[in-house]
Amino acid sequence: MEVGAYVPVALFLFAMVMLVFAPLMTWVERKQSALMQDRIGANRADIFGIRAIGLLHPVADVIKMITKEDTFPTGGNRLLHTLAPIIATIPAVISFAVIPYGGSYEAWGARWDLVVADLDYGVLYIFAVGSLATYGSVLAGWASNNNWGMLGGVRVAAQMISYEVAMGVSVVGVFMIYGTLRLTDMGFAQQETFRLLGFIEHLGWAGPGSWWVDLIKIPMWGIILQPLAFWIFLTALMAENKRAPFDVPEGESEIIAGYFIEYSGMKFGLFYMGEWIEIVVISGLMTAMFLGGWSIPYLPDHVLVDALAYALGPDMANVLAMVVHVVVFFLKVIFMIFFQQLVRWSVPRFRYDQVMNLGWKILLPLSIANIVVTGFVILVVQGMMS
Amino acid sequence: MTEQVLFYVFSFAALLSAGGVVLNVRNTVYAALCLVVSMLSLAVLFIMLSAEFIGVIQVMVYAGAIVVLFLFVIMLLNLKSEDMGAESQPLLKLVGTLLILVVSVKLVALLSGTRKSWPELDSEFGTVKAVGGVLYTDYLLAFEIAGVLLLAGLVAAVVIGKQRID
Repeated sequence: MEVGAYVPVALFLFAMVMLVFAPLMTWVERKQSALMQDRIGANRADIFGIRAIGLLHPVADVIKMITKEDTFPTGGNRLLHTLAPIIATIPAVISFAVIPYGGSYEAWGARWDLVVADLDYGVLYIFAVGSLATYGSVLAGWASNNNWGMLGGVRVAAQMISYEVAMGVSVVGVFMIYGTLRLTDMGFAQQETFRLLGFIEHLGWAGPGSWWVDLIKIPMWGIILQPLAFWIFLTALMAENKRAPFDVPEGESEIIAGYFIEYSGMKFGLFYMGEWIEIVVISGLMTAMFLGGWSIPYLPDHVLVDALAYALGPDMANVLAMVVHVVVFFLKVIFMIFFQQLVRWSVPRFRYDQVMNLGWKILLPLSIANIVVTGFVILVVQGMMS
Repeated sequence: MTEQVLFYVFSFAALLSAGGVVLNVRNTVYAALCLVVSMLSLAVLFIMLSAEFIGVIQVMVYAGAIVVLFLFVIMLLNLKSEDMGAESQPLLKLVGTLLILVVSVKLVALLSGTRKSWPELDSEFGTVKAVGGVLYTDYLLAFEIAGVLLLAGLVAAVVIGKQRID
């Protein structure tokens, strides 16, 4: 287990994600749904007439949730009823620890690693921690002594187990290509480019002087090398997140609110906080694995640092590169958040059997096929190179 | 120092929660939760022993999937403690206690004879790459037999499940 030489920056960014991004999700959710449904949207909360495009709604939410009565269902299990929302939220928070906000920088004699915990098994850590979040929802349903809650809990258990399988298998192709499970290594590997027309040279169709073979270079981003894995993984993660179109465990029209039906106040709020943090985690993970992480396409870290060093000197160049990379990373994360909300407000809820069929009969076989095809392509490419 | 404290904390957590699984026969949900705590404590011990990959797999497979399935079944059946049948036989309890005693004495005898110092591990030990390398070279046969066994179990589960539907 290695921890970066200098982590305060990473810790600060981690805190920023949790304290800024997650609460803002309530605003994003309301505002984007309003935009998509041609409404004006959240703009009622105000302080002395200042409405700040609805940005005060999260504040109003928090005040309401903290001051609301904390109800408890008769015949429920008080210990588990209290623990459940906490168990549902903590995994989402700690899983962001392995996602890198940037690469490795050296300034004023110190090394700055922009990741809180640079683990060798980074992706597996997220899977492991994420699988524990199931207990929160299942226990909430069970401890509420409510048949709808119970149904919701059972549905959560079935759905999470089903999609964890496709989720784990779908990214094996990514591991095979980059040869690592460490998210920072994946970030560095995605800065490389490959020559699209390189095979012409390897097959001997072009002479050694054919400059045009080198013309088209493509970044080795996960989404380009593993497009199928990208979509399967994103779908499985969104199903794990239990939001529309995969919100059968909550299904308002059939089981009212499912597993958190008997919750109010901040305990209810914690379930929502957990879901919103999960959205940010999903976006961060997708960015780190498939969208090139913190890097700008065609501009590897060392090239950027060297270019900046001409004007600013090595120390300031490293710091500026760090800032640029963090901004790029968060822009990509914001795009993924936007995309997930787009899906949430476009696609209606699946029926329960459709959710199960999609997971077991479509996503799982496709991800296994993806492994086979990826292995075959890697063999062929390696054969060409040697 | 911290390592020792952590070791004792999580060993005791593992043992106590394992006991909790047995003592909570009447309340199956608590028993399943005790099992989760036991699994998680074991995972921490694995990670402290530098077997990080195995520790994470322990959380992912046992705590994150298998015990969730236990809970799923427990909730589907929705057993009350009245449904659980009469008190268990005293004979079984006696045999169980004796077995625990024999195994503990054997374990203590076995472990007290081992050496106190261990060779330094190389930095790769316990990583995904190292475990994968060993699995696919030294233990390839055992690994593949385990794969076939799991496949057989999978097929059997499908066959049994299908009979129910027909």
